[in-house]
Amino acid sequence: MIELQHLEKSFGDHHVLKDVSASFERGKVNFVIGRSGSGKSVMTKCTVGLIEPDQGRVFYDGRDFTSMSQQERKVIRQEIGMLFQGSALFDSMTVQENVEFPLRMFSDMSESERHDRAAACLERVELANASSRFPAECSGGMQKRVGIARAIAMNPKYLFCDEPNSGLDPQTAIVIDNLISDITEEYQITTVVVSHDMNSVMEASDTIHFVHQGRICWNGNREGLLEGGVKELEEFVFASDLMRKIRKTV
Amino acid sequence: MRWMYHIGRYMRLLAKSFRKPEKFSVFKDLLLTELESIGLQSVGIVALLSIFMGAVICLQTAHQIGGWIPVYTIGFTVRQTMILEFSPTLIPVILAGKVGSNIASQIGTMRVTEQIDALDIMGVNSASYLILPKVVAGVFIVPFLVVLSMVLGVGAGAWIGVATGLSPLADFEYGMQVDFRVFDVLYALTKTVVFGFILTSVSAYHGYFAEGGALEVGKSSTKAVVWSVVIIMVSNLVLTQMLLN
Repeated sequence: MIELQHLEKSFGDHHVLKDVSASFERGKVNFVIGRSGSGKSVMTKCTVGLIEPDQGRVFYDGRDFTSMSQQERKVIRQEIGMLFQGSALFDSMTVQENVEFPLRMFSDMSESERHDRAAACLERVELANASSRFPAECSGGMQKRVGIARAIAMNPKYLFCDEPNSGLDPQTAIVIDNLISDITEEYQITTVVVSHDMNSVMEASDTIHFVHQGRICWNGNREGLLEGGVKELEEFVFASDLMRKIRKTV
Repeated sequence: MRWMYHIGRYMRLLAKSFRKPEKFSVFKDLLLTELESIGLQSVGIVALLSIFMGAVICLQTAHQIGGWIPVYTIGFTVRQTMILEFSPTLIPVILAGKVGSNIASQIGTMRVTEQIDALDIMGVNSASYLILPKVVAGVFIVPFLVVLSMVLGVGAGAWIGVATGLSPLADFEYGMQVDFRVFDVLYALTKTVVFGFILTSVSAYHGYFAEGGALEVGKSSTKAVVWSVVIIMVSNLVLTQMLLN
């Protein structure tokens, strides 16, 4: 479980996070949704330590991440996998080398063990035949799947996905959503997905946190989301005709 | 006061970079890659420039001497010019353009495509992983390139002198040996080590803190070259004053 307690973050005069508290459960896909600029990416960056919050604490299974030294944080970082919006694969490495990279840096595995583990991860995301390609030779969907394979290579306890479906066609997006769901359940990972894609939310979410103007305004699940109740949430969720029609049918 | 902010941030980045590598085997592989990228891939341009510089210095010197100035002055001038200034200063300036822009754009692209964030989240010290091998390779390999430049420049001067009939080989050889001091070569190599450090670390700094997209990466690459050259020139003056006086 990951817990955020009273996170605050400002950039100059711009107060981005205002007393954000949330908990993300183990074995579930926890979605953080909200409009662009609402503060969800900053919240995620504070959670993984890419940005230091001005106030508040982040706990990983009871371990206070915010009060740890960089050296202590390394232990937790090796338990974190992250899928980036743009995949963030290393251009100069092949798909296989990308997946092997965290193993090479942090495990004592032999070269053949690393190779086998990377092959198993690529098999899991159905990319066994793409191992010798470079990221530039892969489609957007393939790059996301390689990103997932790299993220799970170290058997992470926590998985963060930043806009995992951005730039993907609806069919490929569903493949990625299902993959994230399946992996979360299979490995019992605490997964946090930052997204504003309502299709993904309806497809893969177990719990949902709605961020508006730096605050978590609402949290619940898919069914609760369709019920609405909070004005800002309703404006966000039912912005499209399709979602309004779905609400009527439900 | 903006420059003080940059100096402070540069120093902090260096402190973060000069930490023990996560894994020595990985560092060794990266170092070999950088030695090839900075060193071997620069041999062609260094050789080409050095040959033409040495030949032109020979022709210019021959054009200016006459009357009571002995012909061996040509060999002397080519040697001194190449060893004291052209090779140790101009070659790092050229490398700041070739290698520096490459380093800044490579690291800058990694920054804006979140590859550096990916390293940080994995627990890798991104500064040490990306910058340390480049700086060590630069400090180690640039002096070799400069020695190559000295040899080729002086050799080209001798060849053009003989080929054009401006200086017999014996006179050129004599000029090359007149008043030769080993200290001059040591002075040149000392400068080169410092310039190798500057051109790699300053370029890495501009790439590491790039923000935005392709346009900003391009700007950071330009800044890397400009500031590397400016700092090399200022350091050249300071080091020359310290070492020769």
